[in-house]
Amino acid sequence: MMSRTVLQLLRAEGRLSAPEIAERLGITPAEAAAEVKRLHDEKVILGYRAIINPEKTGEDSVLAIIEVKVTPQREVGFDAIARRIYKFPEVRTCYLMSGTYDLLLLVEGESLRQVASFVAEKLATLEHVSSTTTHFLLRKYKEDGLVIHEEDETERLAVSA
Amino acid sequence: MSPVPHKTPSRVSRLVESLPPSGIRKFFDLVIGREDIVSLGVGEPDFATPWRICEAAVYAIERGQTSYTSNRGLIAARNAIADYLQNRFGVEYHPATDVCITVGVSQGIDITLRAIVNPGDEVIVIEPCYVAYRPMALLAGAEVRILPTFMRDGFQPDLERLESLVTPRTKALFLCNPNNPTGTTYARATLEGIADIVRRHDLIVLSDEVYAELTYEGEHVCFPTLDGMRERTVLLSGFSKAWAMTGWRLGYIAGPRDIIEMAVKVHQYSMMCAPIMAQYAAIEALKNGRRDVDDMVAAYDERRRVITNGLRAIGLPCILPAGAFYVFPSIAHTGMTSEQFCTELLNQTNVAVVPGNAFGESGEGHVRCAYAASLEQIRTALDRMGDFIGALRPLKNHALAQ
Repeated sequence: MMSRTVLQLLRAEGRLSAPEIAERLGITPAEAAAEVKRLHDEKVILGYRAIINPEKTGEDSVLAIIEVKVTPQREVGFDAIARRIYKFPEVRTCYLMSGTYDLLLLVEGESLRQVASFVAEKLATLEHVSSTTTHFLLRKYKEDGLVIHEEDETERLAVSA
Repeated sequence: MSPVPHKTPSRVSRLVESLPPSGIRKFFDLVIGREDIVSLGVGEPDFATPWRICEAAVYAIERGQTSYTSNRGLIAARNAIADYLQNRFGVEYHPATDVCITVGVSQGIDITLRAIVNPGDEVIVIEPCYVAYRPMALLAGAEVRILPTFMRDGFQPDLERLESLVTPRTKALFLCNPNNPTGTTYARATLEGIADIVRRHDLIVLSDEVYAELTYEGEHVCFPTLDGMRERTVLLSGFSKAWAMTGWRLGYIAGPRDIIEMAVKVHQYSMMCAPIMAQYAAIEALKNGRRDVDDMVAAYDERRRVITNGLRAIGLPCILPAGAFYVFPSIAHTGMTSEQFCTELLNQTNVAVVPGNAFGESGEGHVRCAYAASLEQIRTALDRMGDFIGALRPLKNHALAQ
């Protein structure tokens, strides 16, 4: 069988320490620490974040998924316009997509009005942006592999054969 | 109305009455009703069945697939099982004649034994092992010979001793590889030695390989792939462990046509068929469940290292298990019996592990800890067990000093 790699472990559980990784994979703590350092140095791992249940924070931020159609530019294709867009801190995520639009953005703002004005004033007015479609996010069910609402646990027997 | 008469032995089967109650059951009664138990006592995955498998069963029900199937099971499911056994372990079975889908491995054991045993036949069981082999062999009318194994030998069977148990009446031999409760896997050389004995004495092997996917070191050696063993082995397996499907009650037997035919005869009268929705779930499990299995196995592999290190650190010697999801530490040096240890551990710390003697006399002096539990639960259990062991030592030293 194949053991998981250090990267796979950290991808699933970012807070694991090198000694814990070592114990689980059957390698020495020094080997684990060296591999973690390599992943950081080579920017394979870019950072660590908490995954948060937005309904329990008491904050009322607004998330929108925005489809953007752009006109690609000679020489630089989509990269230049994408960069121009993703540099805005409101843009949490920016993907180039196949299909009926080009860029998919996840934009966060404090209020509906703030997101709307970002779209109207910054995004839609950019040269090479030909259209935008904004979808406001109503509820998160699953985030990056984690189900947000706890499900009832089934009760196992405490002892069985 | 006359009062209910006092139950006399003649009112119930003498054979059934003579069977000892499962050691697990006895312990279960102690555990039941307690709150906040951290349990390493469970013989089933802590994962829920992968959703794709559940969803396939839901879809089957929505399509109205709620009938009986053929006695042997849906041919599509038998095809999937035969393909899986061929591709994964390199052993060939004809789905139409060599495979029967059962209600878990346990029922597979039952119908196989009833298919082969004549009164007075002997069956050899290598202990410690799964709790059902011996009683089911007795129920089938066999006499049972026990080959004990020990931690000092890595729980590997002593082949000379095994052969010395064979008599002209010996019919069959049980193998449990990987092993519940010891977590041992048998080396190819050991299995070839067993195959040699089987050939020389013309035995049938009931090879319980339900933990085959949960092999962490080396390759699983499927017993019927050994020279001449395809025709002498009934392979018993199922979906409970690797696919986390214990509650679906689905297993299968695969083996030589003549034995399977007789087992199907018992099956058709006693069970009819395995539940159809579980069979559809199994087809999905075999077709698309590989990634789910690999993910669960990788998690068990990590937990086995954590729990083995942890048990050794608190002074309980154990072998790093190579398969299944059990570790079987020795508690002999505490001076307690397995049952005393488990009862005291439960009473004092609310940690449940299973007394080793539940799996045979040679399991005495051990306890079975299942690591099909979250790492958090495993660490909590280890902490509490460590405190428990720590508190014993001074007492024991005190006792020795007197």
